[in-house]
This record gives sequence, C-alpha cells and structure tokens, in this order.
Amino acid sequence: MSLTTDNLFGIHTQALDLWQRRTEVLANNLANADTPGYLARDIDFRKVLADASGGAGGLPLQTTAAGQIGTAGPVADGALAYRVPTQPSMDGNTVDAQAEQAAFAANGVHYQASLSFITAQIRMLRTAITGGQG
Amino acid sequence: MSLFSIFNVAGSGMAAQSLRLNTVASNLANADSVATTPDAAYRAREPLFAAVKSRLDGSDAPGEGVQVLGVTESQAAIPSRYEPGNPLADADGYVYSSNVNPVDELVNMISASRSYQNNVEVMNSTRQLMQKTLDLGK
Repeated sequence: MSLTTDNLFGIHTQALDLWQRRTEVLANNLANADTPGYLARDIDFRKVLADASGGAGGLPLQTTAAGQIGTAGPVADGALAYRVPTQPSMDGNTVDAQAEQAAFAANGVHYQASLSFITAQIRMLRTAITGGQG
Repeated sequence: MSLFSIFNVAGSGMAAQSLRLNTVASNLANADSVATTPDAAYRAREPLFAAVKSRLDGSDAPGEGVQVLGVTESQAAIPSRYEPGNPLADADGYVYSSNVNPVDELVNMISASRSYQNNVEVMNSTRQLMQKTLDLGK
C-alpha cells in the first residue's frame, strides 16, 4: 500500500472538499434570502460522485502534460444547479429559508461524517505504527 | 475557496440585514413626522440588495454573499392633513406627513431579524466545522 493520501483516505478527502463547497453555496443562499431575483443554488452530490468515480458521466480526461486542463476538479462546475422552488415569490427570489437551513444542517452532519472516516483511518495507521502501544 | 470565505458570505448577509433594520428603525421613528411641503415630507426608505458574483465574466460560480446597492425612497403618495393650528402648516392650513406604513415596517423588521439570525447560525455552524477539522486525527 503506497502512502499517498488518496489511497489512505479513499474518497473521503474529495467528499470533504465537496461538503465544504456545498456549505459555501448554501451559506450564499441564506445570505441572499432577501435579494430580489436571486436564484437559490445547490450541488448534486450524486452527480459529483458519479463524475468522481468515472461512472455514468463518462471517463474523465487525463492530463499528460503540465498546463493541460483536466476535467477531474474537486467539483465540476456543471454539478452546481439551480434549486426548483416550491414557493416562488413575486420578486423572483427562489430561496426557501427553511429548506436551506435543513440542507445546511444535513450538510454539516455529512461533513463531520467524512471527518470521522478520515480520523478512523488515521487512528488505524497510528495503531499499525505503534503496534497498539501508543 | 475555503470555509473561511463563508465567514465573509455570512458577514455580508448580517451587514445587509442590519442596514435593513436600521432603515426600519428610521422609518418607524419618522412615521409621524410632518412637513410644510410634500417635497420635504419624510419618505419611507428601503435598502436594495443584490447578489455578489465572484467571477466578473458571469460564469458558473456560487458567488460571494450579498451587497447593498443603495437605499431607495418609497414613491407612495404623501398624505396631507388639514391642521391649521400646526406651526408647520402651509398657507392653506395643510401639513404633509410621511408615507411610512407601520405594518409594512414591522413585517420588514421581523423578516430582517430572522434573516440575521439565519446568518449567525451559518457562522456558528461553520466555526464548529472548522474546529472539528482542526482536531482531525486526535
């Protein structure tokens, strides 16, 4: 097993990156809860996961030389979508504060879950290093 | 892009909402102000919010908070009252009061304070997440 962080922590580092980005998007929605014409946005986790694992979305481009632009970013911009409003308001704002708050809370829990997975991996590694005596 | 920028986003939201609360306070304080001419009468003020785009070319980006473009004055009609005894009355005995609607202002106040609280919660949650990240591996 090579000790690159990718092999160690698996998909959790990327997931952490995504949850963090999503926190930002949701914070933006809440900050603009009263901005006329603002369209609420969100990140589709399933889509990003499919892209990251080279699933249904097709294979990612490989970069063979420095300066080439790959498609495998932390979050592909295409995953950022507009929320379908349940109760659109007259000023064109599509932020539903309750829905955003719920999504924000759930997102925080997901973030902490990813952190726990990484912590567990670190503990496992530490146990292997110290032979269980640390 | 990091969790740090969320502090800026939530901070901009709090600043915008506090400015809105400020205009509400000003409007309610001046709800019963009178003037000699319609032009001098107090008009209800309201801030104008707009989303901040993080990239100037308008490409797909989540943006970075909210900004206050300016404060607009209500164009509603200025009500006049016949009060010949009022020292501010014009030659015909009329005074011109403000066009503030107290009900509108109270609704605005509740909405602004709820939105402010939302942004505070966002900041608190983000702070906790950052703290947990710092404690990673312990």
